[in-house]
Amino acid sequence: MEASKVIHAIYTDDDVLMSAVKKVKAEKHHIEEIYTPFPVHGLDKAMGLAPTRIAITAFMYGLVGLTVAIVMMNFIMIKDWPQNIGGKPSFSYLENMPAFVPIMFELTVFFAAHLMVITFYLRSRMWPFKKAENPDPRTTDDHFLMEVAVHGNESELEELLKETGAVEINLVDKEAH
Amino acid sequence: MYTFSKKLKTFSIILMVLGLLGVGYGFMTSHKSFEEVEHLLESEAHHGGGHGEATHVTHAEASHDAHASDTHGETAHAGDEHTKHIEHVQHQIANRPWAALYVAAFFFMMIALGVLAFYAIQVASQAGWSPVLFRVMEGITSYLLPGAIVVVLIAIASGTIGHYNLFIWMDPEVVEHDKLIQGKSAWLNLTGFIIRATIFIAGWSLYRHFSRKFSIAQDTADDNKNFKKSFRIAAGFLVFFIYTESMMSWDWIMSVDPHWFSTLFGWYVFASMFVSGITVIALISLYLKSRGYLDFVNENHLHDVAKYMFAFSIFWTYLWFSQFMLIWYSNIPEEVTYFIARFNDYKLPFLGMVALNFVFPILMLMNADYKRIPWFVVMTGLVILFGHYIDIFNMIMPATVGDRWFIGIPEISSILLFAGLFIFVVFTALTKAPLLVKRYPFRKESEDFHY
Repeated sequence: MEASKVIHAIYTDDDVLMSAVKKVKAEKHHIEEIYTPFPVHGLDKAMGLAPTRIAITAFMYGLVGLTVAIVMMNFIMIKDWPQNIGGKPSFSYLENMPAFVPIMFELTVFFAAHLMVITFYLRSRMWPFKKAENPDPRTTDDHFLMEVAVHGNESELEELLKETGAVEINLVDKEAH
Repeated sequence: MYTFSKKLKTFSIILMVLGLLGVGYGFMTSHKSFEEVEHLLESEAHHGGGHGEATHVTHAEASHDAHASDTHGETAHAGDEHTKHIEHVQHQIANRPWAALYVAAFFFMMIALGVLAFYAIQVASQAGWSPVLFRVMEGITSYLLPGAIVVVLIAIASGTIGHYNLFIWMDPEVVEHDKLIQGKSAWLNLTGFIIRATIFIAGWSLYRHFSRKFSIAQDTADDNKNFKKSFRIAAGFLVFFIYTESMMSWDWIMSVDPHWFSTLFGWYVFASMFVSGITVIALISLYLKSRGYLDFVNENHLHDVAKYMFAFSIFWTYLWFSQFMLIWYSNIPEEVTYFIARFNDYKLPFLGMVALNFVFPILMLMNADYKRIPWFVVMTGLVILFGHYIDIFNMIMPATVGDRWFIGIPEISSILLFAGLFIFVVFTALTKAPLLVKRYPFRKESEDFHY
């Protein structure tokens, strides 16, 4: 891929950042990425990001867990070796179901929670020994960074960003990757 | 200020009149003579063929097995059993309008009590989202005093003017032959019952009276003294409430089965009243909003109320299942009869309420977007309320009418009667004060609340 140029605008306040995002969006510039040290409420809405669907995946993972629990216990306790254990009715799954509910519940939660977390890691590309994608170390402490793509309109963009209260504006050659 | 619409007032009066007629009809038709019941049972046995006769015999044996096991062959004794069986059924038929009235009265009382507890929690926890709903909650809790008095009066009347139609421990003849009830008679006696009921109702009503008074006084005050007072009494009330609610559930509900006991019963009844109360808050708020009286309540408040409905439906299920599973698992005869009676004669309501109170709300209210749609919350709320009526029905009916249950005229008219009374009292109370708290410290936060 060709190397492209981006502008890094740095802010020191999340309220200023929010109004800057709204202004840049209104001028129809494309915001590539925003780096913040902490979650800024409403930033995703202001940027126009699509809502997450991770809750839907969690629901489905939960159903998988529930199915695993039911199939497993039905096979082990009812089909494979239906012993009489303390007089519990192992004739059918339904008759002995109350005893299985704690496991059904726990496996549902287990699958929903763990698979959702793994999904989150995969979708946000996080794993041990991953190289940090951080353009400026200050963004993990007290600075906010907005990355805007440049398409030959540098000076106009710089002017706009300065107006929005950016304390520092850097033109960066982004490596192709 | 809210004005009680003429239409709704007429509607509530119609409900009460219809309900009263139906309740009267229930009482008129429940007095069957010995011969009538004998005839009824014979025709039922005939209708069911051999099956009816078989259940007849096992029933007589089961209820008096100490006697029956060695002597039931004798003809004289068989006749005695027959008489006993018919008297038993006769009593169950006579109990039905009493039990129907009691279930409905308790159901509406518990809504008001649940809302009162919810209100106290909101005040004590200094919740920032709910103050815009305080006046709705205060309106609903106005039903508590009349509602609770009616419940207790029905209970006492069943043991004084009635023929011990709800609580068999009130019957001295039963107690005389029952060692187990004798052992509990230090707690289960009419005087104690009345004294405890008076203390419960007095305590709840006092809190309701003063919280309302401070809330109204805060509207026109120029400092936060009333707010601080209401905070303090809310904390005190919550302590009082959790003790009295538990004892109330033993007295007013668990003692219909005086041979049975369960330790988490108080919590279980609490969960039921809490979720029904929250549901009614949602329904009445949505009604008032649709009439344009609650413009400051937005979908975010609805979202929060619906979250409570969702969470406490699950909490109710957790307690229901914990109680059921522990008893089913250990299967101790003295405890398990409670559920055997329900499984044999009440399978549909007993298992149906789990679907209504758990499966339905969990699927309907899990999605965050659905919790913000008024008609969706109303629909789910109605199902939850119906489910919790069935829950109370399942607590009272098996001990009073046994397998003679049905949801017919006595049950439906009792619901209509108390629904009408509830609407009348609550909406009258809503007209007494502005629907938005004025100088409450968290009012602004609550109005601007968004989720």
